[in-house]
Amino acid sequence: MDVGIIGYGVYIPRYRLKVEEVARVWGDDAERVKRGLLLEEKSVPGPDEDTATIAVEAACNAVKRGGVDPKEIGAIYVGSESHPYAVKPTATIVAEAIEATPNLTAADYEFACKAGTAGIQTCMGMVEARMMKYGMAIGADTAQGAPGDPLEYTAAAGGGALIIGKNGAGALATIEGTCSYTTDTPDFWRREMQPYPRHGGRFTGKPAYFKHVTSAASALLRQLQLTSRDFAYAVFHQPNGKFPLQVAKELGFSSEQVLPGLLVVKIGNTYSGSTMIGLAAVLDQAKPGERILMVSYGSGAGSDAFSVMVQDAIETKRDMAPKVLDYVNRGINIDYSTYARLRRLLVR
Amino acid sequence: MGVPRFWREIPNRYNLIGVKCKNCNRVLFPPRFICPGCRRVGKLEPHKLKDRGKIVSFTVVHVPPNGFEGQAPYALAIVELEEGPRLTAQITDCDPNQVKIGDDVEMVFRRVGQEGEDGVIYYGYKARLV
Ligand SMILES: [Zn+2]
Repeated sequence: MDVGIIGYGVYIPRYRLKVEEVARVWGDDAERVKRGLLLEEKSVPGPDEDTATIAVEAACNAVKRGGVDPKEIGAIYVGSESHPYAVKPTATIVAEAIEATPNLTAADYEFACKAGTAGIQTCMGMVEARMMKYGMAIGADTAQGAPGDPLEYTAAAGGGALIIGKNGAGALATIEGTCSYTTDTPDFWRREMQPYPRHGGRFTGKPAYFKHVTSAASALLRQLQLTSRDFAYAVFHQPNGKFPLQVAKELGFSSEQVLPGLLVVKIGNTYSGSTMIGLAAVLDQAKPGERILMVSYGSGAGSDAFSVMVQDAIETKRDMAPKVLDYVNRGINIDYSTYARLRRLLVR
Repeated sequence: MGVPRFWREIPNRYNLIGVKCKNCNRVLFPPRFICPGCRRVGKLEPHKLKDRGKIVSFTVVHVPPNGFEGQAPYALAIVELEEGPRLTAQITDCDPNQVKIGDDVEMVFRRVGQEGEDGVIYYGYKARLV
């Protein structure tokens, strides 16, 4: 492949809900939950935020880093499981807000938490086929867990955007290859018109997350003839803090390779944003010549694996927009009742 | 506000597209058809405003209009953008009691309203303290 990352950007809402707050309401043991999930708090969107506003700020940051004319972006794909409209694409709102309209194609993607990385693959193919100069892939979500459901500790909000283009002067990283692994696995779902998802409890682990992530990653490593030692960093989808560290171990990666991109501890599971924010956090600190493995996971189920090689342009581009930690570190803690109001669990 | 009016104003609401007079360099927002300084010799062209500004004045809304109930109390400010124009914007993501005249703000893209639960969602600019 001869495609790379031209720009990247993220956005994480400001409000934070600690595990202690949720545990207090439902009578759970907070320390036990924190140990079990390896998670301290999660991000919560403000009353005027949704997947579209999150996608827009991430996209603006990607355009700033990319240094591209938005009119040269030929495709925008927004992956999410929480699009604000059932019918009316989020991608149109983003395209208008970054002034990429009207000469482009746009669509919304859905594939639980991996809809954003599916968009990356589409953009890679279209750029490689010379259908357009740049394509933008976004993963963004405002995820909800039912009150009292274990998901309530983790379901968070955030997003990441990538601008994909040909390798060359503008690419801050090249994408060396991608592999996917997809099956029909009912580990997590939400039916039409239902506000909250349901999930298969323990079933979400082994046959779902672990099977798909390891299969996609192994296929990619085989294809590129690489091993875990060829990578400086690895980013895995982060439904909690435990799964990515565990899957890394299974694949022969150390926790040192995983920790720089492990954001779930402080922001929760941002669903479609999760792996893309993880990649961005690594790009925020990686040096040219370092290789990054990124593997997403979407329930239902599938994984997309990518091998990314950091290029010289990262040094000049990375400071052109706010970094992941800038957003992580500006959190405002809220209590459960404020959370209940913001997430409209309580409505006047 | 109806859907057609919202739709017509999308460039202004999403991207702060105003006008700039080629004759006197004055920047106007919302856009106008005639430069108030130059009148007939004015030459107005679309202009994207820089997204930074300062709070000139503000009030805290405790009794919000329909559609803003969940957000009160919130700060509503007059913001002077770097290039001169002033506009009214809600200050988002903050405790309204922290807001001060002179604070630096950046304009961000947020939900500003909706036509009920089954209607269109209005997006536009708000200001965020920097
Ligand atoms: Zn004039």
